[in-house]
Amino acid sequence: MQDEPTPIELTKAVADFLRNDITPLISGHQAFKLRVAINILDLVTRQLTREEGSDAAEVERLRALLGMDGSVTDLNRALAERIAKGEVDLSTPGLAEHLWATTMDKLAVDQPNYASYKREQGRGG
Amino acid sequence: MIEAELSRSVQRWCPSATGVTGAAKLSGGASQETWRFDIVHTDGPIGAILRRSPKGYGAAPTRAAGLAAEAQLMQLAYEAGVPSPRVMHVLTPDEQLGTGFIMQRVEGETIARKILRDDEYAAARPHLARQIGGVLAGLHKLPQDKLPELRSRGATQEIDEFERDYRSLNWPKPVFELALRWLRDHDPGPSAETTLVHGDFRNGNLIIGADGVRAVLDWELAHLGDPMEDLGWVCVNSWRFGEIDKPVGGFGSREELFAGYEAAGRKCDPARVKFWEVMGTLRWGIMCGGMMQRFREGPDHSMERAMIGRRASETEIDLLRLLAPRGS
Repeated sequence: MQDEPTPIELTKAVADFLRNDITPLISGHQAFKLRVAINILDLVTRQLTREEGSDAAEVERLRALLGMDGSVTDLNRALAERIAKGEVDLSTPGLAEHLWATTMDKLAVDQPNYASYKREQGRGG
Repeated sequence: MIEAELSRSVQRWCPSATGVTGAAKLSGGASQETWRFDIVHTDGPIGAILRRSPKGYGAAPTRAAGLAAEAQLMQLAYEAGVPSPRVMHVLTPDEQLGTGFIMQRVEGETIARKILRDDEYAAARPHLARQIGGVLAGLHKLPQDKLPELRSRGATQEIDEFERDYRSLNWPKPVFELALRWLRDHDPGPSAETTLVHGDFRNGNLIIGADGVRAVLDWELAHLGDPMEDLGWVCVNSWRFGEIDKPVGGFGSREELFAGYEAAGRKCDPARVKFWEVMGTLRWGIMCGGMMQRFREGPDHSMERAMIGRRASETEIDLLRLLAPRGS
């Protein structure tokens, strides 16, 4: 087991330092790049916080949908192949719900301010 | 220094021009650059834009029409009254500026967030969707016998090409697979009429002023094909910048777009437009994947490129909203 503080705590500390202490000192194109860098650290922090839980739930759904076991990558590859072959489609029970749940989990990490995500989040399950 | 070459150039083809000032690079990819500068003229300065491939960058990407074709198309559009910058000069090899052209600078805004939010454009906004319909109608009516040589691309070939691009990324995405299946199942086939298609008509490639659309830029992806492609692409959610209930670039409704198009004497096919909107959403998603791949494998290890890779998931939620909506 690795030591503490955790990666989540470390990335958050760096992001907060850049945001609060460095941003006021930088201007122009470098300020734009600094903002991108802070966005990256925030994204990484969200992923580290959420990935374990969302991957576990995704694997659970994929197992039920595909009737097989494997890593989240393997199972996604298998689902992609079955959709490509036409073996699974939107009439397959559980597929639409699975894709929605997975996509919402991705957006929660990648782009929680994206308008489509906020709209769907308000709509609920 | 580019100003020296530009000064020599303008003195040859612009009567009473004595040189140039204020040359500044606006954007630059590996093969194409855009520069702004002012021509010093006895009647006062003339704002100009240079678009070029620097020397040594001859080969354009496979989808690109090429700068010579782009200049010709902009000139045709300008002459036909489609808002477009006036092309002033096409570069010749002895000018040492590479290949490309110089056009008159059109003042206005291209940044979508400003156009969608700033007071300056408040009066123009309610009219933009309909106006864009009229602009697209004008563009699709450009005389085909005067067009430069362009690639011809229909729906089926586009699906094939995007599927190839997607598979080459080795990036299995169930939502993209679903979209590809949907596109195959809803392929409308060859369109009844083939016209010039701009190919990248969207927010960011339009110069907008308080009075509305002033110029259509970036004709790089122009080709011959289904005119409904341009109507679908301008409706892709990625160009709405948060105004998701206003499909046409965040400005207005599809009905307004269609009304503007039909008022200019052309017919719309809403089912084809929807097909191209789905295609366009997937297209942008695959382009995000391409950015991710170049970030990982190429020399451009930029943070911006990495983050665009992460924007593919935005197109996944938009594809689900189009293909598997959750009800209201």
